[in-house]
Amino acid sequence: MSSAICSHLRAPGTWLAVIGFVVIGAAGLALPQWQFLVSVALSKGIVALGLALLLRTGLASFGQALFFAVGAYCVGLGMNYYGLTELFALLATSMIVSAVLALVLGFLLARYRDIFFAMLTLALSMICYGLLLNNVELGGSDGFNVNAPTLGSSAQPWQLTGTNLFAVGFIASIVCVMAVALYMRSTPGRLGPAIKDNEIRVEYLGTSARANIHLTYVIAGALAGLGGALQAFNIGHIDPDMAFWTTSGEFVFIAVLSGTRFAFSPFIGALLLEVARAMAYRYAPNTWQIVMGAIMLAIIAFLPGGLTSLGLVRRKPAGGHPVTRTTATASGDAA
Amino acid sequence: MASKHIIEATGLHKTFGSVTPAKDITVNIDAQSVVGLIGTNGAGKTTFVNMLTGYIKPDRGEIVFRGKRITGLAPRKITRLGIARSFQIPQLFGSQTARENIEIALAISGLSAELANESLARLGVLEFADMISGTLPEGVRKLLDISLAMVCKPEVLLLDEPTSGVAAEEKFDVMNRVLDAARALGITVLFVEHDMEIVRRYSDRVLAFCDGRILADGTPDVVLADAQVRELIIGETVSAAPGTGNVAGEVAHA
Repeated sequence: MSSAICSHLRAPGTWLAVIGFVVIGAAGLALPQWQFLVSVALSKGIVALGLALLLRTGLASFGQALFFAVGAYCVGLGMNYYGLTELFALLATSMIVSAVLALVLGFLLARYRDIFFAMLTLALSMICYGLLLNNVELGGSDGFNVNAPTLGSSAQPWQLTGTNLFAVGFIASIVCVMAVALYMRSTPGRLGPAIKDNEIRVEYLGTSARANIHLTYVIAGALAGLGGALQAFNIGHIDPDMAFWTTSGEFVFIAVLSGTRFAFSPFIGALLLEVARAMAYRYAPNTWQIVMGAIMLAIIAFLPGGLTSLGLVRRKPAGGHPVTRTTATASGDAA
Repeated sequence: MASKHIIEATGLHKTFGSVTPAKDITVNIDAQSVVGLIGTNGAGKTTFVNMLTGYIKPDRGEIVFRGKRITGLAPRKITRLGIARSFQIPQLFGSQTARENIEIALAISGLSAELANESLARLGVLEFADMISGTLPEGVRKLLDISLAMVCKPEVLLLDEPTSGVAAEEKFDVMNRVLDAARALGITVLFVEHDMEIVRRYSDRVLAFCDGRILADGTPDVVLADAQVRELIIGETVSAAPGTGNVAGEVAHA
């Protein structure tokens, strides 16, 4: 037990996460003007964290915006139709509804791989977008405004805004990274890279690759729902664009940019994306997409394992050439 | 009284379009025996192995393992019951180290990762433990593939051409390591092989496949001396009298 904890503490991912969260927390408290941007990045990082789990399994979902929107709409509908404002109730509802939806859709999607999986997830997300856009009860194209959530159920509950709301996203991100790091070290978590490498061998070792993919999809859905709920709080408004394919593309961008080596990786990508976008908006308002595209091209060309593949261990086989690891490992540099 | 046969295959038949690689194959396999499967390409050896391991479902016929019907079960269920296999082309987790490969297999079997070194040492590949499996030499990859199959301590191990792609000087070493480990664990072994010297040296029994049927069945000396086997499978021109191995229709091993 103690050796497992020591091993966990020695893992480079653990230190990356600790340092990363310390920096994010300090920056959020010291620079209130950046709190909004960092909060948005954290909520997107949580969605990309789930997507990274799918990518470790060799599956690219171009439809995580579906669950992102469902999570956000659970908040909007809960507040507007049911008067639900309590933070934990809203977060739990968003995660549970998203997870249940992913569970149902997973029965179909877990049967597909590669481009078929990607296209089906995209299609489902666009169906959701169409439903939201054309349904007046769901806010139509205008969506809903979302108020600040509250904490506690007393007569005068604590309304969460500003730094408090940043703290909610910050703590949620830490909890998600810790939970996902533990998952990546568990048997189902270690099966992800194994399935990506060789699904046949996984089956012939006595376990179901499809069931593992289904489970991963449910976890990714729940995380996307949580990210959507937090985003609803951050923005104060939800609309059908949250389910649009470009939103899914943004999550894919973040996951590819950061890599899947560590549980913390997606947060680096999300922060970089938001900062780069803010800078590009300011200094290159008409060409910022070109800047982002150039960044992505550079990452794919020079760091196919993402930013956190920098400094990967090189191992030289006997008589062979050095080998660079570009994928998450089984033992997982998980945290 | 319990049957001494660990596997009983009865009337296995499989057709792919106009090709029939399995024509009513009936054969029993004794526990803890080492059985060599020989035959030309397309004779039905791999189809037989694939049916035993659930990769292919036979059109008709039945496979019984330790008294339990396993016909058409999914590979993972058959593996769980105790039949494991290796592949002609090693099926490894190529981006991960040899040790990580074994650790995944151990985790799936609910065993401690601390057994990884023991599993690697069993087939003599411990020195490659920290190398990425996709970069290993073919012989080592074969042994690692077989190590993965043996992790769950199966009762039956099916090896599809364990020495193909292995350097000539390494073939006997590979077989020695595998069969020594299998015997130590009491595992029944069926192996598909084209090298007749390997078959002669390591098999207790040989099944010779031809055109979807078992052409001959018996000890290596008997089967490899069979005129039909020599002519149709080994490729020798035979003018002598017919051999003494059992011929099709008499293949169910009593």
